[in-house]
Amino acid sequence: MGAMTITEKILAKGAKLKSVKPGDLINSKVDIALANDITAPIAIKEFYAVGAKKVFNRKRVVLVPDHYTPNKDVKSAEQCKILRDFAHEQKITHYYDAGEVGVEHALLPEKGVVVAGDIVIGADSHTCTYGALGAFSTGVGSTDLAAAMVTGEVWFKVPETMKFVFNGKLDKWVSGKDLILRIIGDIGVDGALYRAMEFTGSAVSSLSMDSRMSMCNMAIEAGGKSGIITPDAKTKKYVEERGERKARYYESDAAAEYFSVTEYDASKLEPQVAFPHLPENTRGVSEAKNIKLDQVVIGSCTNGRLEDMAVAAKILKGRKAKKGLRLIIIPATPAIYEASMKKGYFKTFVEAGAIISPPTCGPCLGGHMGILATGERALATTNRNFKGRMGAPNSELYLSNPAVAAASAVLGKITHPDAVK
Amino acid sequence: MKIKGKVWKFGPDINTDDIIPAPRLVSTDPKELAKYCFEYDRPDFAKNVKKGDIIVAEKNFGCGSSREHAPIAIKGAEVSCVIAKSFARIFYRNSFNMGLLILESEEAVDGTSEGDTLSVDAATGKIKNLTTKKEYMARPIPEFMRNLVADGGLMASIKKRGVV
Ligand code: SF4
Repeated sequence: MGAMTITEKILAKGAKLKSVKPGDLINSKVDIALANDITAPIAIKEFYAVGAKKVFNRKRVVLVPDHYTPNKDVKSAEQCKILRDFAHEQKITHYYDAGEVGVEHALLPEKGVVVAGDIVIGADSHTCTYGALGAFSTGVGSTDLAAAMVTGEVWFKVPETMKFVFNGKLDKWVSGKDLILRIIGDIGVDGALYRAMEFTGSAVSSLSMDSRMSMCNMAIEAGGKSGIITPDAKTKKYVEERGERKARYYESDAAAEYFSVTEYDASKLEPQVAFPHLPENTRGVSEAKNIKLDQVVIGSCTNGRLEDMAVAAKILKGRKAKKGLRLIIIPATPAIYEASMKKGYFKTFVEAGAIISPPTCGPCLGGHMGILATGERALATTNRNFKGRMGAPNSELYLSNPAVAAASAVLGKITHPDAVK
Repeated sequence: MKIKGKVWKFGPDINTDDIIPAPRLVSTDPKELAKYCFEYDRPDFAKNVKKGDIIVAEKNFGCGSSREHAPIAIKGAEVSCVIAKSFARIFYRNSFNMGLLILESEEAVDGTSEGDTLSVDAATGKIKNLTTKKEYMARPIPEFMRNLVADGGLMASIKKRGVV
């Protein structure tokens, strides 16, 4: 039995095999199967079309209507109703509606639905987020999801792994978001196509769980199948405080083989900004000169967690967003919303002239609640700045961490957080 | 399965928002989605695409979201096949699961221009450019995937195996 990476070990467990190697086609069991209000309606239609009556396990199928909720129009309301009816009929344990719903990839870890060692598939590309908990998680389409809802299984090709090592002390304004933006800038939006990404090194260990989730969240923006960080004491604390099942912790063997190993001196990194229209157009924030903004969005499954709210509040405290600039802040889940309120962040946000949105994907995918007009320019803490992603095809979207976003809202142009100090 | 069609040529990294923008995701109807296929990038596409046409694209076609609306919209537009240098992972899975034929071939993409006519033999992966009279071979499809297609897609395969 050869040495294996953490990803290979988890997949071997899922397929009930002693070992697997890259390129193997395996049939694996699924611990969690997730879908949202865009992807679940198709999966549900296919579920019934093959004559299925019951999901394989009502505790393991998770449905989160987060994209167009509160429903933006009649069509989206009908889509959500399909989920609601299905969830009630199947007695789905993890179905979140009304005041309980949040952005899926922030909600699941917080609720303890995903634990370390899990195999998670989600009909949403950012399902790779849960690698931060030491789980193998990957995005699939609705049909894969429909099949998994019936069988509790999914087929995979075992991916090769690319290892990224970040050593050195991080600048105080540099977060997991910046590390992953730097990688994508270096390898491109297909640089990790079909492969797993493993993030390691002292700088990665120093990241909070929230920041690690931002990092794994964007593995897909490099084309990756998954992103993963080996569980450590922080992971165990996080998972054990909320996990609803027993976690299993894996780590890569020292002799494991990698497709590539790339090392970074993390102490040299400044906050990163992705320029339009691809996440790979990444530059240091110091290179973003005089880029005036119409809108700033702080939220999403990448950076809508409590730590992100805290950073934004720290910078906005006693300051105001530039007059005329629309600052939209979206706490990703009801728990984050409540905590932000209790900690006084909302007072700071309102005094800064921000709009506080209920937990939703909203403008992140150009859905609703903050769409851009032709020629407008926005900076967002989201993960994807494709053409027209936040609205009009000729609008421009830049990506950054929450500190840069908050500071830029104050000055009305893209700026380093220190510039407002 | 033999296919013949006219080529619509696309560049690299065509993403799922290009194929079908998010505001249009409030439907799952192939005909409805097809109306907005490439609406930002190629506003003429939905109007002028003919049954059997072939999309030829550079690397990483279909990157971005996991939305099956993307291959559904392309199928709804009655495109017979997509040939690219490479496909984004989820799009690749989705296409097979939905029964949209996709082939990988660097040479065929380099040797094809907008408006050329191609013939494609899905079984062997042989691609003929009838305009330039050149021939190419696509990367073979793994057996596992061929079986899925032979069963008529993933859900049909499940049904056939008697899991339901
Ligand atoms: S916040 Fe944005 S990227 Fe995340 S799940 Fe929602 S739409 Fe997708």
